[in-house]
Amino acid sequence: MVRKYKKKWYLRTAFSQISIINYKMSKNIVLKRGLDIPISGSAGLYVSKSMVPAVVAVCPDGVRGLLPRLLVKEGDRVLCGSPVIADKKNPDIILTAPASGTVKEVVRGEKRKLLAILIQTDPEQEYAGIDTADVKSALLSSGLWTLLTQRPYGVLADPSVTPKGIFVSAFNSAPLAADYEFTLGKEVNAIQKGIDALATLAPVHVSLDASVKDSAFAGLTGCTIHRFQGKHPAGNVGVQISHISPIMKGETVWTLTLNGLAAIGRLFLTGKVNVRRKVAVGGPAAIQPSYVDTLPGTPVKEFAPFYGNSSADEVRIISGDVLSGRCVGMNGYLGRDDDQVTIIREGTDKELLGWIRPFRFNQFSTDHSYFSWLLPRKRYDMDTNLHGGPRPFLMNDNYYSKVLPMDIYPVYLAKACLAGDIEKMEKFGIYEVLPEDLATCEFVDPSKNYIQDYIAKGIDLMLKEMA
Amino acid sequence: MNKIFEKGGKLYWLHSTVDAFETFLHVPGTVTLKGSHVRDAIDLKRLLILVVIAAAPAALFGMWNVGYQHGLAMGQTGVHILEYFWFGFLKVLPLYIVSYVVGLAIEFASSQIRGEEVSEGYLVSGFFIPLIVPVDIPLWMLALAVAFAVIFGKEVFGGTGMNIWNPALLTRAFLFFSYPNYMSGSDCWIAFKKGETAVADAFTGATPLALDGPAQYGTGFWDLFIGTVPGSVGETSVIAILLGACLLLWTGIASWKIMCGSIAGALLVGWIGNVAGITDIPCYMQLLYGGFAFGTVFMATDPVTSCQTETGKWIYGILIGMLCITVRLFNPGYAEGMMLAILLMNTFAPLIDNCVTSVHISRREKKFKTA
Repeated sequence: MVRKYKKKWYLRTAFSQISIINYKMSKNIVLKRGLDIPISGSAGLYVSKSMVPAVVAVCPDGVRGLLPRLLVKEGDRVLCGSPVIADKKNPDIILTAPASGTVKEVVRGEKRKLLAILIQTDPEQEYAGIDTADVKSALLSSGLWTLLTQRPYGVLADPSVTPKGIFVSAFNSAPLAADYEFTLGKEVNAIQKGIDALATLAPVHVSLDASVKDSAFAGLTGCTIHRFQGKHPAGNVGVQISHISPIMKGETVWTLTLNGLAAIGRLFLTGKVNVRRKVAVGGPAAIQPSYVDTLPGTPVKEFAPFYGNSSADEVRIISGDVLSGRCVGMNGYLGRDDDQVTIIREGTDKELLGWIRPFRFNQFSTDHSYFSWLLPRKRYDMDTNLHGGPRPFLMNDNYYSKVLPMDIYPVYLAKACLAGDIEKMEKFGIYEVLPEDLATCEFVDPSKNYIQDYIAKGIDLMLKEMA
Repeated sequence: MNKIFEKGGKLYWLHSTVDAFETFLHVPGTVTLKGSHVRDAIDLKRLLILVVIAAAPAALFGMWNVGYQHGLAMGQTGVHILEYFWFGFLKVLPLYIVSYVVGLAIEFASSQIRGEEVSEGYLVSGFFIPLIVPVDIPLWMLALAVAFAVIFGKEVFGGTGMNIWNPALLTRAFLFFSYPNYMSGSDCWIAFKKGETAVADAFTGATPLALDGPAQYGTGFWDLFIGTVPGSVGETSVIAILLGACLLLWTGIASWKIMCGSIAGALLVGWIGNVAGITDIPCYMQLLYGGFAFGTVFMATDPVTSCQTETGKWIYGILIGMLCITVRLFNPGYAEGMMLAILLMNTFAPLIDNCVTSVHISRREKKFKTA
């Protein structure tokens, strides 16, 4: 049934929109290194539920570099697109409500840190009017500006700089990721509008998956189209930038998810803030994995049908993909930029003599000391077990770089970050990466290091030193 | 784990030891804390036990050969293969016990001092050490050498993964420089029982390398290839070592670049030496003598102490091969150069890596400027 749908939809949109010129301009970039993690539970290509959750949360935590200042108080009425949080450093940058309703609660943590603003939603959504005459001010006043991420360091985009480009990845290679062809294939008009708007700020680059024939996004104009072929992290925008136009010291680029681009497009099409998206809910522990049409900030409890009666000790709920998503817990919320929820079992079981067994057919390993290479099509019910104890780096750099399609030495970079050596971090390419780009290295690491955490700490140090 | 072993508990000083045995028995139920929520099933225990399995053929053959060489020296004939093996096994077993007891005790203690889990690195080093020492080495000497190598070669740098030199080779180097009488000459490579001396006529127990040129020729290609010659326990049989090499290369633990580089370097210098008339040994025979094969396959490829970068591995491997044969050709006092070649290149590996990464960095900068 799914296949049929795809075919029909190709006929409907793709052929009508292919622009020959753009197609010729683009070149195929083949990335040989990488790793597609064969985890089970990919979401079926249908929307099982479409909802406006009773409560949505606006969490300032997901935006790196934002110092939140509260603009609303409990009991205030907000419209979809009304400001709720402003940045203390730059008051023009605001976060807006994704739905209309009443502010129910302001959740604070230790030292009164602002964690979330909960909004009780209206049954009928009302939208705040946004003036779309000027692109930059429209983005700022709609709160959609915060969808832009600035690299290096992956921080909130600074409106006063002009980046050398705005990069969007139109495919997702992460394990169990949402298929953009399905979720956004029908919104090519909005995406095109978004590109047209952003192109007034900086040149826009869109990367397509070369292995998808007749992609719905192949016909986009006003941007440079690149085609990537390869395993994860080929779909990561950081990896793509490093092959299109690597970031040098002193340069900045902005990146955006395709969902963000579609939301920006909708703003310029309709004048309304509409950040709805189709979220892929999947994972080995998910019941009937499928898509849910909802808002960012949806409480995890709304996804209860997918994890049933399991408790927080039994399953882990991840907003994002299994490699670099956040564990949000049963009381958490879908992240601002996430269009994926992954549900996996907590792997607290002890496995007797597991490490020395010749065969462990239910465990996946890239290493040839196991036999996963014999079963290339098998999908594994992976859990959160670490499969070993933390050790210092022992294997060579090559063991890690074979799953990283970038021109960097991952172990040298991770060690430079561990040592807090800024000069070496610069030399080994800290400007080019965000933690998510090295996720596959962390996955294969037999020494069980938290490489993404090392990189994140390195970036924090760079931010502190550069400030 | 029982609470008394946890921090603040009465037996906390045993924490690392208990933890080591517990994780030896089963993969712990530890879950990922952040970052990648799922992990590859591989861990260091698995990788390192594979190295031990790879070295097992060499060790088993070596035990048999210890018995066989003893039989030759005593002029025995018609002895069953298992009797030879049993003799060798009883000779080598004490070496293993000493190697593991001393090495692991230090490893456990230092892990506890650092408050870390016990690393499985010594599993491999401890397996190699008896294979690269003379079989009749006094056990107290071995214990001293192991203690030196583990403490000063590894723990002072921060344990497995941080060491500069291969701990097994450091043990051998310690023995070689401290007790040279036991490490060279013609007596040390054959196991004798107390009071025994060689009785066979014209028997010489020297390794082929310790003999003069013409006598060396007397040891044929196939004797060397199969390994029925005197030598350190594990180093004699090239064919058993090749079996291990296949496993290491298939699993990717050892780098084929280092192995190939080392062989190429040895052939080159061996050939030059032959052509220039320094030696009349054909260059390919150099690959079969002494510890070259064992060193190339198991010692030079140690991922911790070898070069990290791919280009560096070629340079590192080639230099090891060249240095080894150079020492053989030009040092009449000590005919075996593999140990010194590897230890020297261990020392220079970070420098080679530094050069390779510097080139990489400057190439990146240039690429960015043109991009």
